[in-house]
Amino acid sequence: MSDPTNPSFRQRPLDSFFQQLVNGLALGSVYALIALGYTMVYGVLRFINFAHADVLMLGAFSAYFLSPAVGLVLPLPGIAGSLVVMLISAAICAGVGILIEIFAYRPLRGRPKLTVLITAIGVSLLIEYACQHRAVFGAATRPFPTLFRERNLDLFGVTISSNDLVVVLVTALLLTGMWFIVHRTRVGIAMRAVSFNPQAAALMGININRVISFTFGLGSALAAVAGILYAMKAPGIEPLMGIHPGLRAFVAAVLGGIGNLPGASLGGLLLGLLETFAGGIPGLSNYRDAIAFSILILILLFKPAGLLGKSSVEKV
Amino acid sequence: MSVRGAKRWLLVGVILAFVLSWFSGRINPYDRGVWIDCGINIILAVSLNLILGHTGQFSLGHAGFMSVGGYTAAKLTLVCAVLVPASLQPLLFAAALLAGGLLAALAGLLVGIPSLRLRGDYLAIVTLGFAEIIRVIMQNTEAVGGASGLSGIPKLATVGWTFALAAITIYTVAGLVNSTYGRGFLAVSDDEVAASAMGVNPVRYKVTAFVVGAFFAGVAGALYAHHKQTIVPTGFDWLKSIDIVVMVILGGMGRTPGVILAAILLTWLPEQLRVFADYRMILYALLIILLMILRPQGLFTFRNARRKGVKAAS
Repeated sequence: MSDPTNPSFRQRPLDSFFQQLVNGLALGSVYALIALGYTMVYGVLRFINFAHADVLMLGAFSAYFLSPAVGLVLPLPGIAGSLVVMLISAAICAGVGILIEIFAYRPLRGRPKLTVLITAIGVSLLIEYACQHRAVFGAATRPFPTLFRERNLDLFGVTISSNDLVVVLVTALLLTGMWFIVHRTRVGIAMRAVSFNPQAAALMGININRVISFTFGLGSALAAVAGILYAMKAPGIEPLMGIHPGLRAFVAAVLGGIGNLPGASLGGLLLGLLETFAGGIPGLSNYRDAIAFSILILILLFKPAGLLGKSSVEKV
Repeated sequence: MSVRGAKRWLLVGVILAFVLSWFSGRINPYDRGVWIDCGINIILAVSLNLILGHTGQFSLGHAGFMSVGGYTAAKLTLVCAVLVPASLQPLLFAAALLAGGLLAALAGLLVGIPSLRLRGDYLAIVTLGFAEIIRVIMQNTEAVGGASGLSGIPKLATVGWTFALAAITIYTVAGLVNSTYGRGFLAVSDDEVAASAMGVNPVRYKVTAFVVGAFFAGVAGALYAHHKQTIVPTGFDWLKSIDIVVMVILGGMGRTPGVILAAILLTWLPEQLRVFADYRMILYALLIILLMILRPQGLFTFRNARRKGVKAAS
């Protein structure tokens, strides 16, 4: 132990604590964005869309192929150019999400949950293996283009990467937007109605298929943005890049109470913070995955419906 | 399958195991390897069928049980191989299989306990989480080789051993489910609330299903370790669990003969598709989607049996 009055000793732990906090928040924001897609689809269709993680990967790849083209028109790296790249990628992925729903999940409407779940796993495998084929993307890792010039900001004595700030800001904006759509628009009311009781919603004149398509599109668009944000911090992009964040976000959605939008955001942030702080402790960093799952299991043991989920009693 | 049917299958299986092991010296090693793979997958699929098909508990952690069994048995034979004379090797193998199965059963007990409170997707994610935790622990434990796993495991798994154990697995699961006691599994799967109202204790049946299913998954893992001779933690990730789930769904949940056929088909087919190496997994994924849309009740379900289609695991 060194002298506690030594300034470097006093400065370090707090400094690195805030650093980790910012890193954790940035990672958690990405998880929250992905988890939102899982939870929304669960809300309307009651199944976990495993292909969501691969839509995220497609989002990152869309940005990879779009950015040279956009770079011709708008300056890239730059804010306007990046926004255009994100918007077009989100639109592409929304289309992909809607197509997946129409071709793979719609024929299974009303079938047992397990059938749909296995189909979702099949779709996920199909996208992964098809993209790994050398005629599509190939299995090699590619460097992701720089969308925002990275600068280190000095905030109250803590150095923060501007990219982390961008991630947190974009997420906060999208979460607010999501809240607005779900609570303040007609289609949001329809989404909540379908989630509450599909049969009754249909009787009230809501076109269920259109609402479900919209939900898939929205979730996939969020996944695309999350994929781009994730790729900005990742060493590169490859067809299997979605699996790892996808699994975490899936855990986050269940942790927060699947089907619950604020729960998904909370779960994502918690998981990101947890992962970052556990990674900072030497000896524990290899066990990060295990820690995330252990905490999930413990929470579910005491609160089986997740942190913010409502536990339902089965009625006979 | 009735209990009598199960007994007949046991006899057929054991005789088949003897006959196959008699001939196995004459067939080429590649085919022999595929046969052993088939046998191991039959054990895995039939044991998962007890949990998923008969009891209706959606488990995504079967590969985790398999890895517990595989690592335990492999470590045991690796440590003891030098101490035990060659003539006693089969005995050592039997002990290793039993140890692997028992430790996996213990893991099954641990996973079975949360299943008392969780159902459906929540149970799926918890079982998946358990399997991932097991994988991470194996990956970071130097005593079992860490990330590079265990290698140089003696090749003790033979066609005879594999098929005899497959027959025992089928017999145990079919016998258990079709006994008076075993009707409870189906009751829990069909309607948990109604079952408990009728005096069936769902907790006991769920935990029993997990323990028995995990035991045989552990045995399969032990066979796998002594067949491939090398095991790595990433070989038991959740994709492996999905493979086994697909076998059960394909065969028809809760239908033992269908599940056995599906296990054989899904072992044999990828080997045949090796020619189209680049498209093999793409075809596999397409097959899963098309089957779920066109034949959700399973490939080998022809009679309209007790339950129509696949029962939801909720």
